[in-house]
Amino acid sequence: MKKFSSLLHNLILTPSRNTKIKLLQDYFKTLDINRAYALAILSDQLSFQFIKASKLRELVYEQVDQHLFDYSYDYVGDLAETISLIWPTNKEGKSQNLSTLIENINKIKKSEINTEFSKVLSGLSNNERWTLIKICTGGLRIGVSERLVKTALADLYNKSVNEIEEIWHGLEFPYENLFQWLRNETLKPKIDFKKLFHPMMLANPIDEEKDFKRLNASEFQAEFKWDGIRVQLMVSSKSVSMYSRTGDNISSAFPEIVENTKGDAVIDGELLVGRNFKPSGFNDLQQRLNRKKASKDLQEKFPVFIRAYDILFYKGKDLRKLFLYERRKYLEKFQKENKTNQIDLSLIIKFKTWKELTKYKNNVHDDLNEGVMIKLKNSEYLPGRKKGYWYKWKKNPKLVDAILMYAQRGHGKRSSYYSDFTFGVWKENELVPIGKAYSGYTDKELLVLDKFIRNNTTNKFGPVREVKKEIILEVAFDDVFPSSRHKSGVAMRFPRIHRIRWDKPTNEVLSIEEFKKEFKIS
Amino acid sequence: MDFINHQLFIKDINVHIDPIFPKKTAIITHGHADHARFGHDHVIATRQTIDIMKIRYGDKCAKKFTPLRYGQKYSIKNYDFTLYPAGHILGSAQVLIEKNNHRLVITGDYKVGKDETCKNFKLVKCDTLITEATFGLPIFQHPDPKDEIQKLIRSVKINKNNCHIVGAYALGKAQRVMNLLRQQNYNDTIYIHGSLEKLCQYYSKEKINIGKFEKVSSKDKSFYEGKIIIAPPSALKDRWSRRFPNPIICMASGWMTVKQRAKQQGIELPLVISDHSDWNELLDTIKKSKAKNILITHGQEDALVYYCKKQNLVSKPLSIQGRSDEEIE
Repeated sequence: MKKFSSLLHNLILTPSRNTKIKLLQDYFKTLDINRAYALAILSDQLSFQFIKASKLRELVYEQVDQHLFDYSYDYVGDLAETISLIWPTNKEGKSQNLSTLIENINKIKKSEINTEFSKVLSGLSNNERWTLIKICTGGLRIGVSERLVKTALADLYNKSVNEIEEIWHGLEFPYENLFQWLRNETLKPKIDFKKLFHPMMLANPIDEEKDFKRLNASEFQAEFKWDGIRVQLMVSSKSVSMYSRTGDNISSAFPEIVENTKGDAVIDGELLVGRNFKPSGFNDLQQRLNRKKASKDLQEKFPVFIRAYDILFYKGKDLRKLFLYERRKYLEKFQKENKTNQIDLSLIIKFKTWKELTKYKNNVHDDLNEGVMIKLKNSEYLPGRKKGYWYKWKKNPKLVDAILMYAQRGHGKRSSYYSDFTFGVWKENELVPIGKAYSGYTDKELLVLDKFIRNNTTNKFGPVREVKKEIILEVAFDDVFPSSRHKSGVAMRFPRIHRIRWDKPTNEVLSIEEFKKEFKIS
Repeated sequence: MDFINHQLFIKDINVHIDPIFPKKTAIITHGHADHARFGHDHVIATRQTIDIMKIRYGDKCAKKFTPLRYGQKYSIKNYDFTLYPAGHILGSAQVLIEKNNHRLVITGDYKVGKDETCKNFKLVKCDTLITEATFGLPIFQHPDPKDEIQKLIRSVKINKNNCHIVGAYALGKAQRVMNLLRQQNYNDTIYIHGSLEKLCQYYSKEKINIGKFEKVSSKDKSFYEGKIIIAPPSALKDRWSRRFPNPIICMASGWMTVKQRAKQQGIELPLVISDHSDWNELLDTIKKSKAKNILITHGQEDALVYYCKKQNLVSKPLSIQGRSDEEIE
């Protein structure tokens, strides 16, 4: 555990990619079970059933005063680090192997978690404690992507990282078949590709100035960008399963898709809510997300369908090396052969010049799409966010000026800075908050806002600071919905700080009534 | 105790403690720039603090200086002032103010732990304690500085082709790091940023063991491989640090307790070496001072105020203008 926790410690503090790779390789050179655990942890595949963030809070409150913990957490902005630092230091126990430690924790009975896991935490050094809690809460955020881990492994054993990528989702702990192949002791592990999630091809945002000068419009096709969730649908005669973008199997939450889809293919598309292939907005889709199951009632009220835009396999044939326009023919064929009410095809927009495409992008009449996707007709299906193939071109965001009301310290890389901003508009002579944003500003703007907040705090509510109502933020957002949960009656989708309006006086900010009128909310 | 206001100003006799703007009479606890400023009429401080002020701001940085020895009483009307060691940096002092049998102590910046570069902290019993709270959160529990300096020494041994640049405040921390290195038998010349030179010379003159040091010069890049260089934190991000071969950026500061802070500042080797008291030392000092009235100045005062109230001590934060900045050490 000492060795693995110092690996994480060094990884988080090392800015250099090459040094990170070297650190990882040094660790992976050890030939025991610890590296399998390390690989599972670094790729976020290991977790403990009973120990999540809420349990950890419960445990730490048994050890230290709740208020003192909350003050500290507010300052540090990272749960694992706060707990590891504030945990009363006992005499460190004997250092254990990473594997022994994890296996021992897995043996703890649910009824004894509180005492036994507290004992484990007390027996560790600060850094080990931090590591263990990071493992428990998942998502290490140490500046090491899954891709980097794969790259380190590939370079260490002279393989290509794409080869690892291809079999990755079919591998399981303790990855014996992977390591044996890497060491050239066996052939590449055979994976049943039909059962597998295939890493998706992602798009880069288009740079209007640079890209449109560079790219030839005739080589591209465009489609509307729908505001749903990206899914991969695997259909065979035996089963139908659906995966989210991160590779989670979400089939059970969408029985109507599973029951009604026929054929033999792997389809890429957007999951949307709507009847007769008319999408009804993200707010409705949200009613269906983050559920394990969907009741009949819910299926009836918020029916889902897939707007398909690509196909990866057709009747066992791997199409990923074909070009997009060729794959499209297979997709059309699949759809014709297996007509259902759950799958339609994404429309291809005809355009000759980028200028012509602009009017589709800004398509003000249809609020349900977010802009357009621009795809190279001759693009293979490549996993990840490769440059030069697929682009997204989002509608101009909606903008509103609002007054900064409250601020809170941020988490992660923005911890210690006041970087979470609540802003509002007028309601008679008072302000009513309409949203909260923690991105969009430049580093420079953040420093200015942070300083303003520190010097102009009028009130403190725990970690939240109320500030003088002087700063106007131009807030960009994707959409706004009516909401009964919020005092203002509105909820914004993805608000971010567009810029600071130094030029504008606060009395020119809209009232909530004017705001609702402008964005058509009743 | 109502004779002193939240600006540490005693109106009755027109005396300020650590004022930011030029004043008539200023008692200065120590030489850091957020406490010692240029332009007062009359400065009362330890001899070493006065020396340091003169080094930094010139001989004429005040019209008149009154050096006090630790423990020596100085009276203005019916107020008696005595300075006691604060253990923060060379010359640092706490101020005891006695008036009509009321004892008030302003700790200034202080640390309880041992430090060879200055006189060690002396606990002064009092009725009212005005304490700092730079590290006033229970997450701050400073480790043994010897272990931290060993991390640096080990890294120098392992990474022979790199040079180690240690960020440390020019006054106090830099010399403490040098002294700690010497205590651990690191005997090589230590290279320093030009802005540290005069202060290092002064520490040497005051017989503080910081060993052999030399100002960084435009030598061949490879010369600095395997060497330790000490520089003020502001120089770490500057072009200045790019002249060195494969530098490993280190920082000696209590803030380095928090990995996220180290990461934000691009520090690869954080060294938790602080010249302030940690949480337990703050609590211990409050308890042992026997003070019933606790005022808390710059730093993380919220948690400490909460703690004192829980102990049935009268406590409130004192917000001194210009001192709420976290970067100060």
